[in-house]
Amino acid sequence: MADVIASPAAQAAKAPRHADYLTDPDFKGLWSWLTTVDHKRIGVMYLWSTLLAFLAGGIMALIVRLELMHPGEDFMNAERYNQAFTLHGAIMVFLFIIPSIPAALGNFILPLMLGAKDVAFPRLNLASYYVYVVGAIMAVVSIVVGGVDTGWTFYTPYSTTTGGAVTMMTMSVFVLGFSSIFTGINFVATVHKLRAPGMGWFQMPLFVWAIYSTAIIQVLATPVLGITMVLLVMERAFNIGIFDAQIGGDPVLFQHFFWFYSHPAVYIMILPGMAIISEIIPTFCRRTIFGYRLIALSSVAIALIGFLVWGHHMFTSGQSALAAGIFSFLTFAVAIPSAIKVFNWASTMYGASISLATPMLYAISFLLLFTIGGLTGIFLGALSVDIHLHDTYFVVAHFHYVMMGGTVIAFLGGVHYWWPKMFGRMYNDTVGRIACGLVFIGFNCTFIPQFIMGSQGMPRRYYTYLDQFQPMHQFSTFGSWILGAGLMIAAVNLLSSLRNPKNAVDNPWAGTTLEWQTQSPPITHNFIGQPSVDHDPYDYRAFKIPADAVE
Amino acid sequence: MTWLRNLFLPNAASIRASDVDDLFMFVMYLNLFFFFLILGMVVLFVIKYRRKSQTQKTAHIEHNTFLELSWSVIPLILCMVVFFWGFNSYMQATVAPDGAMEIQVTAKKWVWTFGYPDGSVGIGKLWVPVNKPVRMVMHSEDVLHAFYVPAFRVKADVLPNRYTEVWFQATEVGDYVIPCAEYCGKGHSEMRAYVKVVSQQEYEKFLEEGDPDEKGKPPEELGALLYTNFGCSACHSIDGTKGQGPSWKGIYGQQHKMTDGKIITVDENYIRTSILQPQAEVVEGFQPIMPSFQGQIRERQLVALIAYIKSLK
Repeated sequence: MADVIASPAAQAAKAPRHADYLTDPDFKGLWSWLTTVDHKRIGVMYLWSTLLAFLAGGIMALIVRLELMHPGEDFMNAERYNQAFTLHGAIMVFLFIIPSIPAALGNFILPLMLGAKDVAFPRLNLASYYVYVVGAIMAVVSIVVGGVDTGWTFYTPYSTTTGGAVTMMTMSVFVLGFSSIFTGINFVATVHKLRAPGMGWFQMPLFVWAIYSTAIIQVLATPVLGITMVLLVMERAFNIGIFDAQIGGDPVLFQHFFWFYSHPAVYIMILPGMAIISEIIPTFCRRTIFGYRLIALSSVAIALIGFLVWGHHMFTSGQSALAAGIFSFLTFAVAIPSAIKVFNWASTMYGASISLATPMLYAISFLLLFTIGGLTGIFLGALSVDIHLHDTYFVVAHFHYVMMGGTVIAFLGGVHYWWPKMFGRMYNDTVGRIACGLVFIGFNCTFIPQFIMGSQGMPRRYYTYLDQFQPMHQFSTFGSWILGAGLMIAAVNLLSSLRNPKNAVDNPWAGTTLEWQTQSPPITHNFIGQPSVDHDPYDYRAFKIPADAVE
Repeated sequence: MTWLRNLFLPNAASIRASDVDDLFMFVMYLNLFFFFLILGMVVLFVIKYRRKSQTQKTAHIEHNTFLELSWSVIPLILCMVVFFWGFNSYMQATVAPDGAMEIQVTAKKWVWTFGYPDGSVGIGKLWVPVNKPVRMVMHSEDVLHAFYVPAFRVKADVLPNRYTEVWFQATEVGDYVIPCAEYCGKGHSEMRAYVKVVSQQEYEKFLEEGDPDEKGKPPEELGALLYTNFGCSACHSIDGTKGQGPSWKGIYGQQHKMTDGKIITVDENYIRTSILQPQAEVVEGFQPIMPSFQGQIRERQLVALIAYIKSLK
């Protein structure tokens, strides 16, 4: 049973405040930030950088949707439109979604959750950030010097023959890959070596399990992308003839290489989203998570089986029927661990004490949207149906339900969940919930019409279309405005809280994991003394609900 | 639930389509069931277990082997049903029946060309007889394209280095759109052809006498028809807006500077050369991207296009 302990005043008197990592007098000024090896500061720098990328990619998305209001040319010609959707995809994937949760929130939270002072290799962590910045600058330069119109997938032989700054952009992806690998290596080592005394593998929070699984994919899969990008650059620069049929290459080989990374990369994107949801739900339900071990192991299962399904992006590419059959089969196999997780999260709400504060609303949105994203994947895994749906808006809608309805919603939930911990300030919860509602409504209005027009036969990457699709396109564009408005309100709400005096308590949500046991914001060395663990995560039986907990 | 089927799926006009649609709808019902199951759980629990006080007691249920097994095994069984159904119908759609009529398909930026068994060639419009299996043997002259007929539920990428194929058997007379489904650059969204499904007699008549739509038309009108059928519209506007190629509006009689610096007056000969050997003289400010129509366009069609361009003042 949960008890309420001592009054806030008594608690404050008991725990003297220390200078936190933001105001530490030993680390002041811009230079201290640029040279910091503190995982929290690097996490914060990653957070601002990835949010900037999200803003840029989001503006691109709105521009793309606006052009699609009417068939024919509105304000962009085909060439500009192709560059716009390429940028939207490339920025969102490589500069935002892949680094957002692991490198921003993961960097900040993971060592705290383990009761560690920092990650295993703090300097490598800083190097990863600078490599990210270099990659991002290269991406921006490639936009400025000529644009890229290949789509984020860089399919050959289009990408080896088109003009523009494709070489610069692919090198940027190559560089960004190293940033991702560095983060992955760091987290694997941190999880293995820096867990607090008493924290066995099955006492780790599920966030750690999922980020750990992600890190394994980052380390194993990203080099393949790097090699592929180098081959593509060599092909463009020296005509070596790997992919271009004109000089003896095979364009489909590129697709195999690309998806050998990029399918596991889908799990680099979604597992961290699942990681956050596995934290928010037990905290806002104030009960232990249902099926801890199955959730933990399903993260690992997803990471491993995820390497064996890349061919399901290529059912129409002319690959053999046998290969198509095997890939289809394995695709269904990888769906099961996700299904298990959804049921376990929903069951955690049974017998709970549910608060509907902003992070929990995002978690519930995630549950519904990710369920739609996962279920619509069944259409695409089924071979004969995929033949019809491949490369249509149905696919676009499906992966947006997973990537945005899943990962981005989880990311927003995570930002709202850990914001008071990271910055010591509490945002306005009512405004946060309104923003979440608008995002949910806007998102569905944007993408449900895309399912319908996709299965009706509207191919993707079209800047103009047959008149019959116009109502759906318009509805989708209106939806994107609601979605954009919701996101802006969320951003303003969060940012304006930074002007408040520090008003967040140490454990506002009554979370059980270690990051809530230190002060908000944490001190530079995270904890005073070495914390230890003597119970499973999310165990509320002996947990004392702090008197100053919200709601 | 016909309305749901009609909402999501286009008109079905091939013998394989209904099987694909049945599986689509089966998965749709599965989806709806599981979505509302999860939604129901969430809504019910939120209402029932909403926090009323800070000291509210919560259950400590770590897991339940029976429940967890059931939501692992039941979805797995359902997924396997979907897998075998999808694989089976895919295999049937992959292998063309013996004796299927063969059509050679050539894709290039941004035109579809169809070669018939009798050696005749058509651009942008594919004539096929109804209720006859037709096998398309396809290749690309440049980048990847994809041959897609939504109404037939068939799709296959078209590659530059080997042949790929699809087959279908149309069941209803009519015109069906063929959008290119693999991104291929500027003209991708307008790389559009049509399948014209006709009776056997009409098909034979087409092979003997050519496209009846093109018959008995003054050259200007025929040119206007070919402008869309041949896919000229993907790159050349007729209202003066700049596309991948020069607009045709008022171009006849104008003087243009070529990429090699030459000044050329656009006359009949220049237009003819531009269609047959498009790379010979390219107007400054444009890329040499137009494919050649040599051997694919009849003299009468050439004359018609020239007349049409002349008429666009």
